[in-house]
Amino acid sequence: MNPVDTLFVLVATALVLLMTPALALFYGGLVRAKSILNTMMMSLVAAGLVGLVWAAVGYSLAFAPGSEFVGGLGHALLAGVDLELRSGKTIPHLLFFAYQGTFAILTAALISGAIVERMRFPAYLAFLASWSLVVYAPVAHWVWGGGWMERLGILDFAGGTVVHITAGTAAYVAATMVGPRHDHGRQAYLPHNVPMMLTGAALLWFGWIGFNGGSALAVNGTAVQATVNTILAPIAAVVTWMALEFRRLGRATAVGAGTAIVVGLVGITPACGFVSPLGAFAIGALAAIPCQLAIQWRARTALDDSLDVVGAHGTGGIVGALLTGVFTTAAWGGPPGLLEGAVRPLLLQLLGVAATIAWTAVATWAILLVLRALTSLRIDPRDEAAGIDVHQHGEEGYSDGEGAILVLAPLTSRGSPRGTTPRSTRRRA
Amino acid sequence: MKLVVAIIRPERLTAVLEALYRAEVRGMTVSKVQGHGGETDHVETYRGTTVKMELQGKVRLEIGVSESFVQPTIDAIVSGARTGEVGDGKIFVLPVQRIVRIRTGEEDGAAVTPVSE
Repeated sequence: MNPVDTLFVLVATALVLLMTPALALFYGGLVRAKSILNTMMMSLVAAGLVGLVWAAVGYSLAFAPGSEFVGGLGHALLAGVDLELRSGKTIPHLLFFAYQGTFAILTAALISGAIVERMRFPAYLAFLASWSLVVYAPVAHWVWGGGWMERLGILDFAGGTVVHITAGTAAYVAATMVGPRHDHGRQAYLPHNVPMMLTGAALLWFGWIGFNGGSALAVNGTAVQATVNTILAPIAAVVTWMALEFRRLGRATAVGAGTAIVVGLVGITPACGFVSPLGAFAIGALAAIPCQLAIQWRARTALDDSLDVVGAHGTGGIVGALLTGVFTTAAWGGPPGLLEGAVRPLLLQLLGVAATIAWTAVATWAILLVLRALTSLRIDPRDEAAGIDVHQHGEEGYSDGEGAILVLAPLTSRGSPRGTTPRSTRRRA
Repeated sequence: MKLVVAIIRPERLTAVLEALYRAEVRGMTVSKVQGHGGETDHVETYRGTTVKMELQGKVRLEIGVSESFVQPTIDAIVSGARTGEVGDGKIFVLPVQRIVRIRTGEEDGAAVTPVSE
């Protein structure tokens, strides 16, 4: 094992793990105060549930030797995942597993932004676990685990396709299948804590250094290139985003700037190890335009993709993947791209994008169809109005504690304390 | 002249404001309050502490109106705030001795007539 590379990936693993709570802050700030806990939980529980599923079989389906389309079960329950080197790498297999696990966790959590404030928590948990196995693990195998996309040479350095296109597509399908919030289109939903959302955006940027830079899996020139590109692209995205807003509104918004950081990061993710620093600037700037248009457009439709996962991650992921085929250059570690006269990389990227969208859409739809047949996906409109936090979790994000009467429930009791029937546990016909 | 005070569910505020706007009731004061209207208490748990929440978040509206606007105001609030469940709230209509519009010094009926510019 190479100690320097191992230390680097250890730190990168911690950085990517931080992105999931950062996402919880980002999403939590954007919803209404009565839904903050459920929204943050939707991200945070991915670190529990998806991590568990990843260790059990997800990692194996993604990274064990198998077919072109899915890995085998050779590493199920972490069989053979030990301190020996991961084949072809200079770091221990166990560390490689954990690093990839943080990606699986984050990707599943990203989808939750499309279905906040209304989905039943148990149904969400079932969706999360199924999705990470049926969608994320195979697509990760296609790109990084020796699958068909890797063999064809489709470029995805750190997960533009695997993470962002899958999450964006799943977000679209989930928002459609779960349905809009009951007052969608009549009520304006304002973010209840913009500073929290901006803190989340800042921490996402910080963590993304581990996401992109760490994907080099070694301390070398590519790691430096990917890290610096991860700093440059959001810079260009923020400036472009603000310029568009100045033109459209006459002023620049804070929520817009926070969104632009994420859009720039999403855009550069597939490209960061293949393009020049100027290419990173270009990708960040170019990604901002369609993403802002998509978010403007979404707000005028019936689609309640509440926190614009489709607009930011779906659109940004697709644009980033395609632009990777344009800006990739032999001078910076990639194959020659469209700018150097080669059309093939762009066509391959297009194929990768189309295949990922198709598989993700069909599989996500099927999962939700099965879940909808088995259980209810949403909470009652009345409980939605009163707030999903109290209903699904029995907690409030911002309680002042007035009027709270201490109940000394017996330690062995299950469910509600005697003499009271919380709305949350009352069965409805 | 009457002062209409209404206590409603926070989640019905938008619907009530829409209904008041349609009834051409313009001036009002809105505050967040806590109260209890006989609805089922809900139970919350924080680590080892289980609590019964006696007080629910409510919204209080105060609207000063001339006599002819009393009934339309009440109708608008009821139409927007009613869900049919216990805890929908109350409307209190109080007599008012005197109203002064600070900007102009106008009094009583003139003080609660919306300004048309």
